[in-house]
Amino acid sequence: MVEILAEQAVRDPSELRMDHTLDDLGIDSLGVVESIFAIEESFDITVPFNANAPGESEFDVSSVAAIVAAVERLIADRKA
Amino acid sequence: MRRIAITGAGTINALGRNVPETLEAMREGRLGISDLAFRDVDRLSIRIGAQIHDYVPEDHFNRQQIALYDRFTQFALLSAGEALEQAGLEFAGALADRSGVILGTSAGGMNTTDENYRTVFEEGKNRVHPFVVPKLMPNAATSHVSMQWNLRGPSFAVSTACASSNHAMGQAMMMIRAGMADVMVTGGSEAMLCFGGIKAWEGLRVMSKDACRPFSANRNGMVQGEGAAVFVFEEMEHAKARGAEILAEVTGFAMTADAADIVMPSKSGAARAIAGAVRDAGIGLEDIGYINAHGTGTAANDKTECAAVSEVFGRHADRLMISSTKAMHGHIIGGTGAVELLACIMALRDGVIAPTIGYQEPDPECALDVVPNEAREASVAAVLSNAFAFGGLNAVLALGRAP
Repeated sequence: MVEILAEQAVRDPSELRMDHTLDDLGIDSLGVVESIFAIEESFDITVPFNANAPGESEFDVSSVAAIVAAVERLIADRKA
Repeated sequence: MRRIAITGAGTINALGRNVPETLEAMREGRLGISDLAFRDVDRLSIRIGAQIHDYVPEDHFNRQQIALYDRFTQFALLSAGEALEQAGLEFAGALADRSGVILGTSAGGMNTTDENYRTVFEEGKNRVHPFVVPKLMPNAATSHVSMQWNLRGPSFAVSTACASSNHAMGQAMMMIRAGMADVMVTGGSEAMLCFGGIKAWEGLRVMSKDACRPFSANRNGMVQGEGAAVFVFEEMEHAKARGAEILAEVTGFAMTADAADIVMPSKSGAARAIAGAVRDAGIGLEDIGYINAHGTGTAANDKTECAAVSEVFGRHADRLMISSTKAMHGHIIGGTGAVELLACIMALRDGVIAPTIGYQEPDPECALDVVPNEAREASVAAVLSNAFAFGGLNAVLALGRAP
């Protein structure tokens, strides 16, 4: 996860903190959509995210920690 | 200056198989969006669209024609047929040489591409039909229209995503104005409702899974449609001299580039195009009574478009009407501006403003008169049709009543 977001942010993965927001990392709307695609491909999950209403999507992208937690939930759901 | 009359109109889209059916549906605020039906639709997360259901190519074309006509070409030919019948023109001799075709499309023969990729990649075949290239090329519709009606003047296809048909019609208008042609058959066509077409759009995460609700606070994306509309643009004196019925006058056109972002719209790019079209028409801002909005139903477009309209029109923005008919016929991408021009003609001719259906909650960022849910009777003398494409390419047309 950190690698995916770090690649979008053009930063070293070690620079990412869990409380960073996507804004902090300079990831714009296209970057979010591309990150989600990479997450889906890497973890074989489907992420419910609508770029029209990022705040209201079931998938929380408010911080690195929130994204990691959401992905963990989706992976757990898939296994269940 | 040479002026431009519209002397014919034709269409096929999810609201109707011709212009009268489509206008009736727009007056009644009918929904053309339904469940998509095509191969592999179960593998899509987006399963709604304004599809032309029960369309049977064999009802209109023979086997040899179908081998050469992708769905987008078929839609263009059917629309052109209706428009040219209404115009009542015969193209021979000098008139044929001074008449051309400019049609917009974003993807061209997307169904043909999709079917043949499936053949070679999924089915592993090593051979495709020999006419794949002439069938899928984006200029196929333009070429077949020129061939069928003997239009031998300036002709080409325009591809600027969602602004394709407005750019096409603007170019057609400019050619007549400049004296390069006397009659131009113009508009746009799109048929992207197939597995590959929707799969690509899904990736952008801008499509709604349930409805298109332009300007509504709870809007959650665009819904794609398919179809075409084609018009006959004719030099005004040429039309008058033969006593043709004039549906409306194309009075102005402007185009701009945002030069900013490949997907996010810009207020200033839109505003410059809107102001430019009014200026080109030689009228005042307060003369505009109705705007057919780009109004895609995405969060970004609708608030940016409303901000641009407010900036250009100032206080008059609160007096004019602005509606998006995409909630009814879907976003027809490269054909959408052409289908939407029908709503502009209806406003000018019939005094009926097509509604923005699906409107549920006011959005303070779209606080204009969006003609929610029900058509309205109103007398307007001048209207605009907006189109703002991915890639930041904007094209706005101005129309006036027939003189």
